[in-house]
Amino acid sequence: MAELAYRAEALTRTYGEGASAVHALRGVDLQLPAGEIVVLLGPSGSGKSTLLNILGGLDRPSSGRAWFRDRELTAMTDRQLTRYRRDHLGFIFQFYNLMPSLTAEENVELVTEIARSPMPPHEALALVGLGARRGHFPSQLSGGEQQRVAIARAVAKQPDVLLCDEPTGALDSTTGREVLGVLQHLNQSLGTTVLIVTHAAATAAMADRVIRFADGAIRSEERNASKLRAEEIEW
Amino acid sequence: MVGPLDRKLLRDLWRMKGQALAIAVVMALGVTMQVMMSGLVSSLDETRRGYYERYRLADVIAPVTRAPEQVLHALAALEGVGAVEGRIGGAALIDLPDRDVPLQAQALTLPYDDAPALNAIRIEAGRLFERGRPDEVVVLDSFAAAHGLRPGDALAATMNGARRSFRIVGLARSPEFLYSAAPGEMVPDDSRFGVLWLSPATMAAAFDMDGAFSEALIGLGRGANEQAVLDAVDRVLEPYGGTGAYGREDMFSNRFVSEEIDGLRESARAVPPMFMAVAAFLLNIVIARMVQAEREEIGLLKAFGYRSAEIGVHYLKLVLAIALAGALLGCLAGVAAGRGMVQLYLAFFKFPFLVFRLEPAAFATGIGVSALAATAGGAIVLRRIFALQPAEAMRPPAPADYASAGHWRGLTRWLDQPTRMVLRRFTRTPFRMAGAVLGITCGMALSVGMLTIHAGFSQAVALSFDVIDRSEASVTFTSAVSDKVLHELARIPGVERVEGRRGVAVILRNGRQSHRGSITGLPDAPELNRALTPALAPIPMRSEGLVLSGALAAKLKLEVGQTLTVEVREGARPVLRLPVVAVADSVLGAPAYMAMEGLNRALGEPGRVSAAALRLDEARAPEIYAWLKDLPTVAGVSLKHEARDAFVTVMNQGAGWTRFIMSGMAFVITFGIIYNAARIALAERARDLASLRVIGFSKAEAAYVLLGELGLVTLLALPLGAVLGAGFAQVLAAAYSSELYTIPVVFLPATFGSAALVVIAGAAISGLLVKRDVDRADLVAALKTRD
Repeated sequence: MAELAYRAEALTRTYGEGASAVHALRGVDLQLPAGEIVVLLGPSGSGKSTLLNILGGLDRPSSGRAWFRDRELTAMTDRQLTRYRRDHLGFIFQFYNLMPSLTAEENVELVTEIARSPMPPHEALALVGLGARRGHFPSQLSGGEQQRVAIARAVAKQPDVLLCDEPTGALDSTTGREVLGVLQHLNQSLGTTVLIVTHAAATAAMADRVIRFADGAIRSEERNASKLRAEEIEW
Repeated sequence: MVGPLDRKLLRDLWRMKGQALAIAVVMALGVTMQVMMSGLVSSLDETRRGYYERYRLADVIAPVTRAPEQVLHALAALEGVGAVEGRIGGAALIDLPDRDVPLQAQALTLPYDDAPALNAIRIEAGRLFERGRPDEVVVLDSFAAAHGLRPGDALAATMNGARRSFRIVGLARSPEFLYSAAPGEMVPDDSRFGVLWLSPATMAAAFDMDGAFSEALIGLGRGANEQAVLDAVDRVLEPYGGTGAYGREDMFSNRFVSEEIDGLRESARAVPPMFMAVAAFLLNIVIARMVQAEREEIGLLKAFGYRSAEIGVHYLKLVLAIALAGALLGCLAGVAAGRGMVQLYLAFFKFPFLVFRLEPAAFATGIGVSALAATAGGAIVLRRIFALQPAEAMRPPAPADYASAGHWRGLTRWLDQPTRMVLRRFTRTPFRMAGAVLGITCGMALSVGMLTIHAGFSQAVALSFDVIDRSEASVTFTSAVSDKVLHELARIPGVERVEGRRGVAVILRNGRQSHRGSITGLPDAPELNRALTPALAPIPMRSEGLVLSGALAAKLKLEVGQTLTVEVREGARPVLRLPVVAVADSVLGAPAYMAMEGLNRALGEPGRVSAAALRLDEARAPEIYAWLKDLPTVAGVSLKHEARDAFVTVMNQGAGWTRFIMSGMAFVITFGIIYNAARIALAERARDLASLRVIGFSKAEAAYVLLGELGLVTLLALPLGAVLGAGFAQVLAAAYSSELYTIPVVFLPATFGSAALVVIAGAAISGLLVKRDVDRADLVAALKTRD
């Protein structure tokens, strides 16, 4: 069996207390091999984003344990979590979260400056097809372009894992397909593990592994025998 | 019935309680200052008025050499005169066992029944003297307190050349002697000048004044013209050696109290508005930002169908609630602080009771300014938000457009990305950043201004007592005596240098401006007691003209080269026309100088001195004082270190005392401004900071973006604040200066350094507080929610 990127045991996450408590995760066990594209599917509130946040070191579970490779995330200090994000992860969000005061290239440099073995920023931008627009500020870019800058920023440090929360949520279908294509390309060319949280079921077609969420628990997990290329996905 | 919007209002207030409190406190400080200072001034005014009225302080005092009591009837018959009282007054020297030098005092009569028509006293301890007990004396209680004298104690005094022993039977206060100072001294000092009240029989015997008086006290009738009465009184008393009647304006104690209260009034007028303005400015900015942050909620309310007016009222209620809570807090704190201050000043001014009075206008101003600043801050932003479509307002705003800010490639090539983020905020939102810079500039200016004033007070002392006056002691003679006495003084072992001077009582006039004071005649090139230019170069004395102190030149509206009229109030009373030959930098009082020789010549009294400055061998001081005590022509000796202490006391306890409070407030406001600036920056960048943290920036690296901005704003504000503070200091110095002392504006590098340290410390503490919030930021929430 391939090396594991993530492992989780009996993860729960509860927000609030007593009668008003919200159980976002109700005991999740999981093993994710490295180098795969994994799509976490489920309706809003099913717990998939909560899981992503815990695996990304942005949140802590109420109980249970989680590992990245052989290191226990749930035992790390804040400082160690920062280090972990810095060295291993790339994040992509629905709302891009670019720095409006930095150009596309500078947004990428923001990450390459602190990464251990980054690729040159213009290469990262070329990878997402934005080489020509690297001097533009976010306000001068379309939504799809902004998301591609976010992807370039995420991949420029050559992360081990890309964590994507609704990466196409704010994009039209054509742009969305392009963005997914970039993710797929990265996975194939660099071997990056890609974790995509989405409620767009069609995305599942490009995944190696599809995990369906409902009510804070995993309902099903299946391997995709014949995955499609991103541009073949039907929306 | 509380509607849903009002419930929202209360919850919003609770949610933002920390920030609301910070805003309210800054506003409250501005209002506190206003209410406190105006309440203090009006209370002191009222208390003084009440005290004068209850103890019937004379409006006019007319000294004469000797006038028979019948003349009092003639005075009473004059138009405008309401009440008349004659009394005998004379100089006394009090010899206390614990003192090297004898102390000067004024001896006065009082009727046996303690019911004079004017200038009554208030017995604080013991009783009045009794008929047939010529050795009983009532002593001014502040003098007694300074020397531990109590009823029952013995007291030796020399009057009219004869030494007599008295027994103290009572201690009294008088509105005539709230302050007292020995003749020729500028600064009041309870311990060095006493007042003795003696029975008419004792005084008549001591000064050979049976059936006569030497001072007429006059109360003005309703609507009387003081100048007309003064002139009429002078005409009546002319044949009896009247030296000129004078009004309350020229009574030492009242003049001093008035100067002090006016000083307070000036600072009450000048300073609180500056604090208020800074607070209002801050309130305006913070409220604007706060409403801006509510953008999405406003869009939502509009989507529900609320009208702009309803939403506007809702948010104005919110900001007014904060502003008015601050104003109210300020009013309450102002009343409490005002009360406390009045209590302190009560002791300083020696008022026996207090009439506490508040100035309603101060409340109105405080509340009005707060409400206006908050409303304006809210209204501007609300207008902008109302212009948006509801859907647009609800969506997170598009990325801020930094394209127009320029790349600054030449500059930024060498900078890392976080630093570029900091710099581009300045080029992208120059006005917003300018607002932040201006806020901290105001804080810096307040600190510079207050610290400069502190330096000015120290400089005033150093200038008066180390630079202008370089003597160790000063001897006053009983009258203008032959300058041979200077040789006598010079022969005393241990006296190193003697410098005579001649003081002459005068009224200086320039058109409608006049000043009752004295001209000091000095040697041509004085060494011990000098007149100096503002650059501290000595000004040589001239015989043909006057050297005026800056304060006096300003009062009389005179410049060098102009001529003034000098009415001499002694001897042959010549009236002279003299030019102003120079203007001197002076701190203490409002002196006028002239060459002694020329002054004596003008008076027709050559070779006379009325006082001398001495430089001594300090080790032999006690011997020297013993010598001086025995010289018959010596009326009093004043030691410079005592005069200096008295001056420092006056500056630190009188009107000048408020500078300590104001400094404290300036620092609090400075901190409030910086802290709010930091909080606003945090609110505006929360999302960026969270994004940085998510992509792997450490807490310190993320905080750098925020603190770098704060640091840069602070750095820019420092020089601007220094400049603004310099201007502020000028206003403050003018407000704190009085006829009694002039506060110089001295800009020391240390002042700017200290002020900068205050601001930087404020920025550092604010930065740390805000950094705590950056560290605690909920990364997930910040990324998912609105900008």
